[in-house]
Amino acid sequence: MAGPARPLWPPYVAGIVLGLVVILTFVLVGNGVGASGLFARAAAALGMGLAPEATTHNAYLGSMVAKDANPLASWIVVEVIGIALGALLAAVGAGRFLLQLDGAGKVRAHSRILLALLGGVLAGFGSRIAAGCTSGLGLSGGAMLSIGGFVFLLAFFASGLLVSAMLRRVW
Amino acid sequence: MDYGAAGTALTSGILFGYVLEQAGFASPGKLTAQFRFTDWSVFKVMFTAILVAAVGILLLQIDDSFGSRGFYIPGTALGAVVAGGVFIGAGMAIGGYCPGTSVVGAMSGRIDGLVFALGMILGIWGFSFEFDTAWMQQLLHSGEIRQKTIPALFGISPWMVVAALTALALVIFLMGSRLERRLREARTTPALSIDTHSDS
Repeated sequence: MAGPARPLWPPYVAGIVLGLVVILTFVLVGNGVGASGLFARAAAALGMGLAPEATTHNAYLGSMVAKDANPLASWIVVEVIGIALGALLAAVGAGRFLLQLDGAGKVRAHSRILLALLGGVLAGFGSRIAAGCTSGLGLSGGAMLSIGGFVFLLAFFASGLLVSAMLRRVW
Repeated sequence: MDYGAAGTALTSGILFGYVLEQAGFASPGKLTAQFRFTDWSVFKVMFTAILVAAVGILLLQIDDSFGSRGFYIPGTALGAVVAGGVFIGAGMAIGGYCPGTSVVGAMSGRIDGLVFALGMILGIWGFSFEFDTAWMQQLLHSGEIRQKTIPALFGISPWMVVAALTALALVIFLMGSRLERRLREARTTPALSIDTHSDS
């Protein structure tokens, strides 16, 4: 990207705008924003490509592909495509788009890739246990003053703190 | 899914992704700095957004505008919510992202964001193998609660809850900003000259 990157929005400004986006989403659809649901549907769709028999008979993924249903024909899939477009627009517009392996300065490149993969595996597994993630449970649930939303945020933060402290020597 | 639903999903998603990137949530360093207390942006952005949205939704609910009294409330099996939160928190500390921010990171050019997203699919395949086991079914239904919201649990006005959360947020914002400054100074100041710091 040419030119210097523009500064990020101040946290409170970003927070206010994000809150308004959450309200708008509730008004438009009746539920809040989300993200992890897409990955469940992508897992089902990829499963159909790689092992259709096993996917159809799987107790969890099977419900998303029952009766030849397309697992990707879902609100959450389009929502996350939107997230991707919006993020791209913001990154390019602010001159922050940069092809890179972020965090590789602190660890070697292959370690960074392994860490990202392992983190993803844990987050994917956890998102299906909680049936939501930081967006759907924490942000949207919190906005509805949901007990589950705040309990999620507490557990998320406590665990992140602990694991982060244990990883101090790694990255 | 009709075009109307797809349109709302796309609109909401684009705005959501745009704000997350502008908040700096594409950067795994910024996201995990919250766990090290050196950058409180994540907490400030999240808590401000929750409070703004909570107030807006409560205002809409006065007249049940847009069917707001029926808005979806997630998370009723608290055992599952805690277990999921622990896994996702650990995943962020290790990998640098959560599900939504990995998409934002990947779209700002971060290959590690894409790798994290691929890891999530593997993790969900793992979950799908465990889904119908007895222990997983027990976990998924553990800690079911009947009252879904904090005001319903305590039998108090939601405005009281928002007021209390706002007060709590302000205290944490203030403490966080101070801690952030102190930790940054400690990091940039050479060890020898630390005692010359009078204010701390």
